[in-house]
Amino acid sequence: MGFRIVVDRDLCQGHGTCEGEAPDLFEVGKDKQVEVLDEHPGDDQRKAAELAVKYCPTHALSIIDEA
Amino acid sequence: MTDTLSPALPQPPKASGGDGETGHLEELRVDPIGLMQRVRDECGDVGEFRLADKEVVLLTGAEANEVFFRATDDELDQAAAYPFMTPVFGEGVVFDASPEERRKALHNQSLRDKFMRGHAATITREIERMLAAWDDEGTIDLLDFTAELFIYTSTACLIGDKFREELDAHVAELFHDLERGTDAIAFVDPYADIESFRRRDAARAELVEIIEGIMARRRAAGPPIDGDERDLVDVLMSITNPDGSDYFSADTITGMFISMMFAGHHTTSTTASWLIIELIRHPEVMAKVVAEMDALAEAGGGVVTYQDLREVPWLESSIKETLRLHPPLILLLRLVVEAFDVGGYHVDAGKLVGASISVSNRLEGAFDRPDEFDPSRYIDPRQDDLDNPWNWIPFGAGRHRCVGAAFALMQLKTIFTVLLRDWELTPAQPPDTYRNDLTKMVVQLAQPCAVHYKRRDRSTSTEGVA
Repeated sequence: MGFRIVVDRDLCQGHGTCEGEAPDLFEVGKDKQVEVLDEHPGDDQRKAAELAVKYCPTHALSIIDEA
Repeated sequence: MTDTLSPALPQPPKASGGDGETGHLEELRVDPIGLMQRVRDECGDVGEFRLADKEVVLLTGAEANEVFFRATDDELDQAAAYPFMTPVFGEGVVFDASPEERRKALHNQSLRDKFMRGHAATITREIERMLAAWDDEGTIDLLDFTAELFIYTSTACLIGDKFREELDAHVAELFHDLERGTDAIAFVDPYADIESFRRRDAARAELVEIIEGIMARRRAAGPPIDGDERDLVDVLMSITNPDGSDYFSADTITGMFISMMFAGHHTTSTTASWLIIELIRHPEVMAKVVAEMDALAEAGGGVVTYQDLREVPWLESSIKETLRLHPPLILLLRLVVEAFDVGGYHVDAGKLVGASISVSNRLEGAFDRPDEFDPSRYIDPRQDDLDNPWNWIPFGAGRHRCVGAAFALMQLKTIFTVLLRDWELTPAQPPDTYRNDLTKMVVQLAQPCAVHYKRRDRSTSTEGVA
């Protein structure tokens, strides 16, 4: 079972916490909102993605499981 | 919000009482949480109370809160909703910026994740300096101690070490006068002739004098030779008009510093105080947190790293639970610019609309035993905070969610790692007598709020956050 990363664009303020947690999945440029580098990452990235969701200061990220 | 607009919907129900000229203002000044809970009990998710000639529509519940927090600034305006802040910051210093400006400020004001490691080291140094003044045993006043500590940490991290070294405990007292100068009477007259407003204005004037003195000394000494030694005062002083005169006056710089520090000061100091109170009220939780700190220090050979601070579930959960039960801000306000519908009611433009953090954080149905201090709500697999994004709102939510949330959590974790490493804390008054002073819009701990400290009997010592 894979998963997908979803960004709530109303909420992202570009703190860059996700990039610190999961550098392979997220990039946050200066003065920008997050860019998801891999929207359908492999399960080896699951833990890092979960930490990014947990520590996002604005709760802008979520993970959706896909069959 | 506008695409669901239906003018046929009824006006929100009104809360009882408030029949006098100033409406519910007196009740808000005495018992704001009681008033907000009563509005919900009587009216449900959408209910109205009145502050003089201003109607305030209070929203509670996840659905109504989400409408509040997702609204754009064009729909609900934040700046116009806090009249009690203008005399604190000074005319022309905005309460808050647009989301776009906030994003830019975030990157410039060193709140980004990658600066946190350096801030953790700065904060370690500041708490160790405060603790170095302690005897082996003694009593502190939580309000005075945390107010002073967070003046140092916030100025050192946000403005620079050089500026921080110019400050002492007196600046914390002046800041306290600013924070106490937020009486809800400001909804009628922000410059009313009352004691707390006179003290507020005197404190701000003295802060401007202090900054003027610092600027004069910098001017006399000439610009720093080494660019790395520059703090934000030097940077702001280096900006000049075409004729060579200062672009920013001492008054403007003071206002900028107050506005940068205000949001992070009373909030973090109140939270640190209540975290201490809840831990000494719950020795079984305190034991878990202390064991967690000791294990970290042991594993790191005496050194706790910034990365380690991520893995402290009991400390982190205790902070979250403290924030849920004792949110330092209890009511968020916006001015309705565009009329909107919510929960089956129509809200006219020109009214104020509020979200009650105090009521939402303890909402029956959202939280199990909502009045109980229970950090296990956030211990894996439970995550009451993430499961209730529109009710667990100590930092607000949505577009204007606190930009300093990550900084605040890091700061609290760092301070408690150092504090609990060497010190044992116990109540110095009956544990149920600690309470908040809710008579001002800025909530603070009421004095007396004394805590006893004693040096821990330990053979090993650790090195703080590296």
